[in-house]
Amino acid sequence: MAQTVQGKGPSHIGIRLSNAAPASHQEEARSQAEEALFGFWVFLMSDLIIFSMLFVTYATMGHSLAGGPGPHELFDLSSAAWETVALLASSFTCGLATLAMRYDRSVKKTLFWFAITLLLGLAFLSLELHDFMTMAAKGGGPSRSGWLSASWALIGTHGLHVTSGCLWMLIMFAQTARFGLDPLVQTRFMRLALFWHFLDIVWIGIFSIVYLLGVLS
Amino acid sequence: MSDHHEAERRQELHGYVIGLILAVVLSALPFGGVMLGLLPKTSLLWLIAIAALCQVIVHFRFFLHIDLSRSHRDDLQLILFSLLIVALMVGGTLWVLSNQRHMMG
Amino acid sequence: MRHFLLGSLGYDALPFYSLIATFAASIVVLGALAVLVFVTWLKGWRALWSDWLTSVDHKKIGIMYVVVSFVMLARAVVEAVVMRSQQAVAYQNPGFIPPEHFAQLFTTHGTIMIFFMAMPFLIGIYNFVLPLQIGARDVSFPVMNSISLGLTSAGAVLLMISLCIGKFSTGGWTGYPPYTELSFSPGVGVDYWIWALTLSSVGNTMTGINFAVTIYKKRAPGMTLFRMPLFAWTALCISILMIFAMPPLTVATLMLAMDRYLDMHFFTNELGGNMMNYINMFWLFGHPEVYILILPAFGVYSETIATFSNKRLYGYTSLVWATVSIAVLSFTVWLHHFFTMGQDGNVNAVFGIATMLIAIPTGVKVYDWLLTMARGRIRVSVPMLYACAFMMLFVVGGATGVMLANPGFDYQVHNTLFLVAHFHNMLIPGLLFGMLSAYHYWFPKAFGFRLHEGWGRIVFGCWVGGFILAFMPLYIVGALGMPRRSQEFFEAVYRPYLWVALCGAFLVLGALVSMVIQLWTSIKNRKALAVPVGDPWNGRTLEWSIAAPPPEYNFALIPKIDCVDAFHEAKKHRDAWRAPEHYFDIELPSNTPVGFVCCVAGGVFGFALTWHIWWAVILGAAVFFGAIILRSFNRNTTYIVPASEIRENEERWLLTLRETAFIDNDAMFTTANNGLVKEPI
Repeated sequence: MAQTVQGKGPSHIGIRLSNAAPASHQEEARSQAEEALFGFWVFLMSDLIIFSMLFVTYATMGHSLAGGPGPHELFDLSSAAWETVALLASSFTCGLATLAMRYDRSVKKTLFWFAITLLLGLAFLSLELHDFMTMAAKGGGPSRSGWLSASWALIGTHGLHVTSGCLWMLIMFAQTARFGLDPLVQTRFMRLALFWHFLDIVWIGIFSIVYLLGVLS
Repeated sequence: MSDHHEAERRQELHGYVIGLILAVVLSALPFGGVMLGLLPKTSLLWLIAIAALCQVIVHFRFFLHIDLSRSHRDDLQLILFSLLIVALMVGGTLWVLSNQRHMMG
Repeated sequence: MRHFLLGSLGYDALPFYSLIATFAASIVVLGALAVLVFVTWLKGWRALWSDWLTSVDHKKIGIMYVVVSFVMLARAVVEAVVMRSQQAVAYQNPGFIPPEHFAQLFTTHGTIMIFFMAMPFLIGIYNFVLPLQIGARDVSFPVMNSISLGLTSAGAVLLMISLCIGKFSTGGWTGYPPYTELSFSPGVGVDYWIWALTLSSVGNTMTGINFAVTIYKKRAPGMTLFRMPLFAWTALCISILMIFAMPPLTVATLMLAMDRYLDMHFFTNELGGNMMNYINMFWLFGHPEVYILILPAFGVYSETIATFSNKRLYGYTSLVWATVSIAVLSFTVWLHHFFTMGQDGNVNAVFGIATMLIAIPTGVKVYDWLLTMARGRIRVSVPMLYACAFMMLFVVGGATGVMLANPGFDYQVHNTLFLVAHFHNMLIPGLLFGMLSAYHYWFPKAFGFRLHEGWGRIVFGCWVGGFILAFMPLYIVGALGMPRRSQEFFEAVYRPYLWVALCGAFLVLGALVSMVIQLWTSIKNRKALAVPVGDPWNGRTLEWSIAAPPPEYNFALIPKIDCVDAFHEAKKHRDAWRAPEHYFDIELPSNTPVGFVCCVAGGVFGFALTWHIWWAVILGAAVFFGAIILRSFNRNTTYIVPASEIRENEERWLLTLRETAFIDNDAMFTTANNGLVKEPI
């Protein structure tokens, strides 16, 4: 049986990495980064199932208003539009941040764009919080009806994801301050970027199915 | 930084910009349609569905860099398989629960 | 009744309301104390901490998983015996277990057997074997692996605590609402159930991700997917199932939690709740779960049948495709668990037919195994005995499965013991026998000595005999109409069958005792049973090519693979066990307490949520995430095993190997076996 020093699987990656690592560690760092990114993709797909379950529960509870307020009374489309703008813009700035990290290798630029992303994320969250408070004030709290439970759970789970993305960004700022943009910090930023883009995709589902279809029906 | 890198960077930046523009258009269309109420209801339904689907593809293509190239084959397969499972679960649930609702309603 | 420090916890939570509950709780407490005393007596605290609890070595994590599962197995088997005894005397007689307690028993029995016996058992075996089989040094994410173990153990501990503090759920292992909603089950039982399940299913999802990435990215060079051992293929399939099937369970249990804690209305009777969606989501998880449980056994049998028939696995490719199609089909049949819920006949027909389709790939597998045995040089080892028993019994279970897949028949035996007999008939041969044979088969690899063969046969006899006696009568009483979960019954005709079933249950208890004796005898005779060379069964796959127990780094050099059963081919061409020319430093992940901290924090979190102790909920969550975040700031996460140490280690082993004589196949089960077996001609 022939033997080898090191095994390596086929090469692929969701978002490419820079060549910043020194040549000797480069190969190893790259294969570790690929493993981590692929693992994160798998996690996202598992998370996607969680969201699909929430979506399908929401969809099957369209009739469960139980005499309570419905989408017409509760949803504010212009607020949803602004939330969409914030999240979409943050996706773009997140992309710019990864570009700055990979090509310019500039800590300042990278952190700048991630900070903008964070601010947009916070703007999204405060708009969403405001939405929730308005809904509750109009008598549309989560315990009013099955439909409201499902809406709060779906939108709230997405909001919780965005919140954890924001916390993750703060942690990454601390890591950058401590270690600079070394390969490990880079892969973590890459996973964060994947997460952030993924949340934007989920939001497309939310604004289309919950807000637009809700108001339409 | 080499020219090669610079070209690559520019190309990727282009990708993000195109993605952003497409996404803005694909969000604005359904929002505008519903808020202004210009179209009949069924057309609006189709508009929302198609715009959402297209936007999801745009995000995958331009922001997540998933395409048909060989180096992304594994990711693409993973995503397609996941979508198959989602379709089975979501489609099945909608079918079963709506059928029960119909039978009991 | 709410206290800031203790939530709803009070003196009435202690198990002094009935003699049996007090007795059970004291066994748990005394058992825990005995373990503490034993470790102290061995002066083993330091070793326990640094060699086991903080270890991220996949081999040790695997062993710890199996230990958890054995502890839980013991409890759940005892519960089964208590339930069988109750039913044996319950003809027009309330017996010795009151209804509420009986309901707790069948709930914990089911919950434990599925989530805290079967899952840890199979995950443990994979953890140990999988990286060795594909030629890897560890799984892809070793720390996450130890966190997964921590979460599963936290769930198991919650179940054990529920025996001593408060009562467990009475809603069955599936926990269907609206019965499990606050209005019908106001106690803490359902909360215990929810949090134990949620903790363990999050852990299992992470395990699925970990295994899938390991298989995709960490195979030895040259080992294409179609050169992997079949056991590794089943690992890939069950990881995919875990990744996609665990989330619906998590969503269902968390929605139930939201109903209970936040007064929401997902599954309630009032305000638009729809309990049928719970059942739907539960089985979206539940059916793939059945295959998460059964595919590993298929994998084990594929290995052991090939090894002990000394033949290449017949129809390798068809077995792979059968496994994959079972995995995919398992996502299309969940409705057969609730044929009677009220959808129309067409829906039932579609899912009934899809269910029957699964019998096809399963049949392919059985034929492949039979043909592997045909004209092989069969050695009747314990794993081979299990495999044979499995094939006969599983076909019976499969046939009753096809019967149940017919909605018309299903209506007839709905909620009867026929169903109970059916799924035990699937899961005991199709999971437990597989895992027990895996335990017997890979034990020498893990610890360096074989398990006692004679006691192994006794264990086998008790399990199989006990199973047949305990469950075949249930088919009959089920067909006669006896409802499952009955604490008392009024039909005299059931009685003789239930007495036979009780005898079976005692035989199973005997199997459990024999397992303890077997382990004890084997440890006592470990010198005579030692197999230091590491290939006691004339194995075919990579894990047998290294020492037993394997060194921490698994392979001094990663092997290059060019065919299926590469190690066996190498032995045939006298090319195995070649000493490498050069040795290299190996980098391995170093120990970390994160997994253990997450276990404790997760347990505190679940317990505090159950009892509404909000400060401890926050504390548990903060410590859990804090530990993970802190760990992400640690850059000193690996250590180097120097080449010189590896050389010394390997050369010592190779020397033993050269000094060991090849034994004949027939001597495999004698003490002559030192782990080096001659290839039969």
